[in-house]
Amino acid sequence: VDFSLTPEQALIRASVERFVADSYAAPQREAIAASDDGFSREHWATFADLGWLRLLAAEDDDGFGGGALETMIVMEAFGAGLVAEPFVPSVVMASTMLAGAPGATAAQLRAEAAAGTRLLAIAYAEAEAGYDPAAVSTRARRQGDAFVVDGQKIAVPFGASIDTLLVSARTAEPDATRAGVTMLAIDARAAGIERRDYVTYDARRASDVTLDGVVVPITSVIGAVDDGLPLLDAALDRGTAAVCAEAVGAMGVLLRDTVGYLQSRSQFGRPIGTFQALQHRAVDMLVQLELARAITTHAAAAVDAGADDERRRAVAAAKVHVADSARTIGESAMQLHGAIGITEELAIGAYVKRLAVIEREYGDPAFALGRYVHAAGRG
Amino acid sequence: MDFRLTTADEAFRDEVVTFLDEAVTPEMRAKNYRGDHLRHDERVAWFAQLNARGWMAPGWPKAFGGAAWTPIQRMIFDEACSKAWAPAGISPGVVMLGPILIAYGSAAQQAHYLPRILSGEDWWCQGYSEPGSGSDLASLQTRAEREGAGYVVNGQKIWITQAHVSTMMFALVRTSTGQTKQAGISFLLIDMTSPGITVRPIRTLNNEAEICEVFLDNVRVPVENLVGTEGDGWTYATQLLEHERSAVGNINRARASLDRVRDIAGAQRRGSATLLADPVFAERLARLEIRLEAARFMQLRAVSDAEAGQRPGRESSLLKIVGSELSQEIAHLAMTAAGYAAIEQSSNETRNYFDSRKLSIFSGSNEIQRNIVAKRILGL
Repeated sequence: VDFSLTPEQALIRASVERFVADSYAAPQREAIAASDDGFSREHWATFADLGWLRLLAAEDDDGFGGGALETMIVMEAFGAGLVAEPFVPSVVMASTMLAGAPGATAAQLRAEAAAGTRLLAIAYAEAEAGYDPAAVSTRARRQGDAFVVDGQKIAVPFGASIDTLLVSARTAEPDATRAGVTMLAIDARAAGIERRDYVTYDARRASDVTLDGVVVPITSVIGAVDDGLPLLDAALDRGTAAVCAEAVGAMGVLLRDTVGYLQSRSQFGRPIGTFQALQHRAVDMLVQLELARAITTHAAAAVDAGADDERRRAVAAAKVHVADSARTIGESAMQLHGAIGITEELAIGAYVKRLAVIEREYGDPAFALGRYVHAAGRG
Repeated sequence: MDFRLTTADEAFRDEVVTFLDEAVTPEMRAKNYRGDHLRHDERVAWFAQLNARGWMAPGWPKAFGGAAWTPIQRMIFDEACSKAWAPAGISPGVVMLGPILIAYGSAAQQAHYLPRILSGEDWWCQGYSEPGSGSDLASLQTRAEREGAGYVVNGQKIWITQAHVSTMMFALVRTSTGQTKQAGISFLLIDMTSPGITVRPIRTLNNEAEICEVFLDNVRVPVENLVGTEGDGWTYATQLLEHERSAVGNINRARASLDRVRDIAGAQRRGSATLLADPVFAERLARLEIRLEAARFMQLRAVSDAEAGQRPGRESSLLKIVGSELSQEIAHLAMTAAGYAAIEQSSNETRNYFDSRKLSIFSGSNEIQRNIVAKRILGL
């Protein structure tokens, strides 16, 4: 048992932390948030140069061969800096899904994504599906050597900037062995696609995407026809584990800033951090942070270990816990700062907004709890 | 980062499991599973088995007859014991007194007392709290006055676990009034058979009387029973608390208790299914399982840090808070799972629930732990 970082992991962490320190001070972050894309293409090119877009690619695919633990290291630092670039959707979720898929289309998309010239995102959520990836009503009908896709996807991260959507579509009714869902790589600018773009509560971007008779060549299938759900399921778990780590980074900043405030703010002639009621609330923030960090690490290890059931269970557990911890920490940070804690004057505001979005990303805690109970074999 | 056990650690675990298969009788296993308190002779017999195997004192150095296990080995042992429903805990002499005698005791004290702790010849209790000194332990009033070749001790100690079956007590006493409350406190080893000692067991809400009050009335203690330097007892004691705290986090025991909750709920019929399928119950159970998983990984991290040579101080308070509160939640869920049966006076679940309330009170209440964390970790 060893929790220390390998030299390679320590190097990644140092490099990401240096980037955050140099490029993500509050004014820089705000400028990025106000830009058209809501993230910086310049930074994305830097990620490509530094090899971060190849972090999770296999070594024989010119990658770093990293896994969920390396993702965790990167995401914790990204979370601490509120880094907005679509690393989770494009690298952690979509590129890794392609890595498991044979075929020329997947290989080409993967290569362009790794080079930083193509942005990818999975489009799976639907308005009436809750967070359930298996509840797919978007349809893909076979027509000669193509599929024709009709339906609507919601909450596609940075949808306006994405080049290729990996869309989950129903191609058959579910049976005992397969969910009847197929993953299709679809050019985001294909005819028949319409988007509603919006700014998210954490100042990032998302889109609802309507597909109306979109024709997709059969070579665009990722993985097997009718059997794309396991790929999607695994990608969502990787994404969930990644945003849990991002939340841990953000929670660490909230605790640090709150403790700093308790030390510097004086009332009744002494620092408010000397009052026990406030001290104990701060300690409970630390307890939650440490528990969240522990279960996030556990989930990352389970993703890397590769057994589907254990991965599902461990990631769902992490999501439930991290979301709870994030609420405790976020709400305590606001409360302990007093009135200024609910303004835009301090950085903590941007962090609690990000945490509120993470609470829902790839499944909210109620969904995760159901998934956990199911994976634990109880209903 | 690598969270797996090494091959050597796995071999060690197998060795422990094999030992426990033999050593824990079905009767003892059943008692521990229910949460019954062991009789003192049963406890002594269990520790004799550990001692015969050389496993009585997991953390002591080999030179003093300890097993000198690594932090990971200690965790493996504790986990395996919990899983096998072996008796909980280590003897108070081993976990609380031993490390202090090894660090601060004289050669004569080490030679005399340490073997007797291992053999079970001495059974130790901890004499710290007093009626007026609970969380504010340093305000203690029990006086030890120097007279001839020894001390004369007068005062009253309380909340002493197992004092009624103990042969010896390590106690904090005031030998002088110094500049601070902490100065002038000394660490004395007191023979419980000395004239002037009266022990009164106190009945607790779990229908047991394992916690006692001890009255000391002109008790004579030879000067060679002073540990370390007169007046430095507070330093030794706070170090002791740290050892105790890391032992009472009890996360492995909590894991076994949650197994038991599942057993109870699985045996409760609800129509064609069991209580396990009840959505409200299932949610509560799942949340506790999840918290336990987080706590267990947090503990693993603390163990890994200890393995890398860091002292347990930093995390021991956090683990105590987390482990005790989790255990209490689990005890309440077990009582809930029992349904109406929990109203019986003989209910194990209700008794265990009340028993669990001590976890957030003893060895430094959780409020005191939060004070410590606020000061030492957060710098408030």
